[in-house]
Amino acid sequence: MIKVKNISKEFDKSPVLTGISTIFEKGKTNLIIGQSGSGKTVFLKCLLGLFETNSGQIFFENSPINLMSTKERTVLRQEIGMVFQGSALFDSMTVEENIMFPMQMFTKKDDDEVRERANQVIKRVNLINANEKYPDEISGGMKKRVAIARSIVMNPKYLFCDEPNSGLDPKTAILIDNLIQEITEEYNITTVINTHDMNSVMEIGEKIVFLLNGKKAWEGSNKDIFNTDNEAVSNFVYSSDLFKEVRKMYLKKNKS
Amino acid sequence: MRVISNIGKYFLMLQNVFGKFTKWKVLRQLIFKDIESLIIGSLGIVSFISFFVGGVVSIQTALNLENPFLPKNLIGFATRQSIILEFAPTFISIIMAGKVGSYITSSIGTMRVTEQIDALEVMGINTYNYLIFPKIIALLLYPLVICISMFLGIFGGYIACVYGGFSTSGEFIQGIQLDFTPFHVTYAFIKTAFFSFILATIPSFHGYFMTGGALEVGKASTVSFVWTSVVIILLNYLITQLLLT
Repeated sequence: MIKVKNISKEFDKSPVLTGISTIFEKGKTNLIIGQSGSGKTVFLKCLLGLFETNSGQIFFENSPINLMSTKERTVLRQEIGMVFQGSALFDSMTVEENIMFPMQMFTKKDDDEVRERANQVIKRVNLINANEKYPDEISGGMKKRVAIARSIVMNPKYLFCDEPNSGLDPKTAILIDNLIQEITEEYNITTVINTHDMNSVMEIGEKIVFLLNGKKAWEGSNKDIFNTDNEAVSNFVYSSDLFKEVRKMYLKKNKS
Repeated sequence: MRVISNIGKYFLMLQNVFGKFTKWKVLRQLIFKDIESLIIGSLGIVSFISFFVGGVVSIQTALNLENPFLPKNLIGFATRQSIILEFAPTFISIIMAGKVGSYITSSIGTMRVTEQIDALEVMGINTYNYLIFPKIIALLLYPLVICISMFLGIFGGYIACVYGGFSTSGEFIQGIQLDFTPFHVTYAFIKTAFFSFILATIPSFHGYFMTGGALEVGKASTVSFVWTSVVIILLNYLITQLLLT
């Protein structure tokens, strides 16, 4: 579980995040949504400790990341898996080497054990015949799978994903969303996903935090989002005609 | 103001480079990789330039020795002095700032743009040590490159001079032995040691702290080349003033 208590972040005296409090629950896919420039990425980077907050606290279980020593932070980071927007695979390494990398860095396992574990997660994310390929030789969807495999290879307690299905076709995006949700349940981890993909919101949004101009404007689940009377979140989620129709149908169905 | 801020940032970066160390098993691989790309990969161009510039220095010296009272062994002497004191340590370093420096800036810069550095940080890795330290260690072999450059520069001068008919082989060899001061070689290698550190760290700084996209990677490489060259030239002056006067 990650508890966020009244955090604020400024850049050059201009506020980017203001007074955000929320709880990201264990075993659930928690989504941060909002328009571009609403502060989603800054919020995620604050959670990861890549940005220091100006005020407030972030608790991983009961340990505040802001007050952790460098050593404690290093230990915590080994419990964190991260899937970056552009996958952030090391382009000088093969797929298998990318996945083996965290274990080579932080465990005392020998090469055979490391390779065995890497192949387990490769299998888990359904990557076929890609072990020896380099990142620029595989598709966008496969890159995301490699990034997910790399992020779970150390059995993390927390999984962060920054727009995991950006640049993917709708079918692959759904597959990646489902994979993340399955892994969250299977490993019982706290997953936080930064997205503005409405399919993801509807599919896997067990907990959703909506940011507007750096403030939390709404929170709830994908079921609550149909009934919300919050204008800002409705305008954002139902900005396309398709989703407006979906909402109408849902409300009509529930009424009858 | 920005320059002062960047100088401070550079020294803080150096402090972090020698902070928490990466696992030796991983670091060793990175060092060998960097030796291959930074040192071995530069031998071809350095050899080519040194050989021909040595030849040109020798020809130009020969053409300027119009006075028949000046001995022909001065060609060898001037070639040796130019190559050992300036050409090999300083000008090869400027060339390396272009070749190796751009490579370092663009490779680290690309890692920054594609969030690979963020990925390393999230894993809890000291990215300064992981990315920059192997380059500093690899460039400890840089004096070897300069040694080869010195040899080939003088050899190029010999070939151009003897086969160009400017002096005999004996005269040239006598010239390169004439009034030889071993400290000049020491001075050249002291300079080289400083330059190798500059070659590893300034391009790394520009790559590490760059912001933006692909276009900015190119810009950062250019800025890195300019600053590396400027620092090498200034340091060259300072070391010369301290050691040779």
